[in-house]
Amino acid sequence: MRNARLLARALAEPGSVTGLSPGEWTELIAVARAESLAGSLAHRLQAIELPPKVAALLADARRDSEQARTQALWEAEMARRALAPTGVPVILLKGTAYAAAGLEAAIGRSIGDLDILVPRGTLDEVQQALLAAGWEWVKPDPYDDLYYRRWMHELPPLIHRERDRMIDVHHTILPLTARPKPLPLDLIDKSRPLHGGLRVLSPEHMILHAAAHLIADGDLAGGLRNLWDIDRMCREFSRDQADFCPGAVEEAHAHGLGRQVMTALRLAAQIFGTPLTAYDGPAPIDFSPRRSDRYFRARLLARDGWGRETRKGLRFAFYVRSHWLRMPPLMLARHLWLKARR
Amino acid sequence: MKHRFQLQVGPVAFRIGSEWPQPIEQLKALYAGYPAPAHGLCDFTVRLEAERPWRRWLRPSVAIRGDYTLPDAVPMALAHGLLAAEMGMNLQMALGQKRFLLLHAASVERDGRALLMTGDSGSGKSTLAALLGERGWRLMGDEFALVDLADGRLHPFPRAVSLKNQAICVVEQIVGPQRLGPTLADTPKGTIRHLRPAEGAVARMGEPAAPALILFPRFGHARAVRPVGAAEVFVRLTQASTNYVALGEPGFDALTRLVTGCPAAAIDYPDTASALALVEELA
Repeated sequence: MRNARLLARALAEPGSVTGLSPGEWTELIAVARAESLAGSLAHRLQAIELPPKVAALLADARRDSEQARTQALWEAEMARRALAPTGVPVILLKGTAYAAAGLEAAIGRSIGDLDILVPRGTLDEVQQALLAAGWEWVKPDPYDDLYYRRWMHELPPLIHRERDRMIDVHHTILPLTARPKPLPLDLIDKSRPLHGGLRVLSPEHMILHAAAHLIADGDLAGGLRNLWDIDRMCREFSRDQADFCPGAVEEAHAHGLGRQVMTALRLAAQIFGTPLTAYDGPAPIDFSPRRSDRYFRARLLARDGWGRETRKGLRFAFYVRSHWLRMPPLMLARHLWLKARR
Repeated sequence: MKHRFQLQVGPVAFRIGSEWPQPIEQLKALYAGYPAPAHGLCDFTVRLEAERPWRRWLRPSVAIRGDYTLPDAVPMALAHGLLAAEMGMNLQMALGQKRFLLLHAASVERDGRALLMTGDSGSGKSTLAALLGERGWRLMGDEFALVDLADGRLHPFPRAVSLKNQAICVVEQIVGPQRLGPTLADTPKGTIRHLRPAEGAVARMGEPAAPALILFPRFGHARAVRPVGAAEVFVRLTQASTNYVALGEPGFDALTRLVTGCPAAAIDYPDTASALALVEELA
């Protein structure tokens, strides 16, 4: 097995797994674990007749993701209780948001840290409330701290001293040094309330955030799972609203991330078969593949049947790109110099 | 990967790949007679790979990776490749096993009654299990005890026993060299030599047993037996478990059933002969 195509196909078309050899099953499971998609795969294959050992392994993965969900929602509730007295609107992001909103993207998904978005002007208040409720700074280094506060889209990470769980407090969705400048107040304005007092982004903004994270920030590590989120959300939201995807692209243009959302949707369609229809309005949207898509596809699928990372050169190129996207060259040079001298 | 080996141990199957031939050859010799994975399907993948590409040839350095990897694990010398493979399998179990409650404990069985022994490193549980395994008991495992989440029975996990330092000489006197792995000197845990369990233990790796007694052995003290209260047993076993927290409620239920259904005692012993006598007395 040369790349993670087998996993992508199993997720998109569960029927494709019938007839896999034992060796291919072992490879599929190793790749799914490496890409943090074992729980998602387990749910997708639930209705398929499987070899008993595979069925048992996937049942373990489902149990595991169920536990991850319980813990993530509990952690969100802990943050809600800590922040309720401040009156600040707390918007859940990523996996915890999908789970709290009951989205299909959350089914079987692994969930790591708790990510929340709050208005930038309330950061001091939020930080004080979290520190008082038992969260502590993870990185005591003054340069890192300064770097986060001046240039990043989030506070330095905090960890809870008893529950050992991290929280990332965002005030926007991309580093302040990145070229696109999304509008955090608009994200907050259009967010939706959940039962109990927490909030989540609007469906269009969930896609915006997932795509910004995947295409405009970072080196695509764990990208296959982010792309799977995008596929699941596009399908779910399009069921109620046929022109959801073009609408999400239009909304993304308002945040300066139209190109990134387009790329993410094209890749989702190419890898997972996400249904996209071209839009012939006053501002036409064309989802046909671009030449550069193949580099993204190759990077997203760069893993072999042993779960090893492949395409070292391409991975490095995307790593360099992530720094290039994240900050202007002179600032990058200064940042790397300071980090290297420590 | 170029060099590979598949291995069934109790209910768990491993796929081990290596960039070097030596660890795989040593594994094959140590696990001679073990069955291949049922239907060729593996639970976990272990990879022994060069820590950096050039470290495959230049001062070879074995990084232990796989389905589950510790980011800050220290790489090992190629001479300790067999130990790296063993640690790789342990790591997959500790981080990835969710079908059983996993206790860091040795276990042996006789007449359908399983005896669990747990304690800190150096308590002598591996040595005791190895010796009992040569004296009419069935060795179920020296590293991990697998508690079934549904019915509470113990599943055998008879991997090679990891003998350390003085325990090596004790066992060399009663077991032939064909059942022993290479002597690995100067490992992070001292000198290590692996022992393949007796044939019966391997042949019966598919047979679970009901837990009947929990012991907390401690080596190097005058002979003594103390009762241990259920609450203390519970807390000590949560500390001995690698996945108690990750399992959530099913883990709590399985541990509660084990602790309430099984007597427990702490035993101190000055030497192996008195430990073996104590076990026979209590069991």
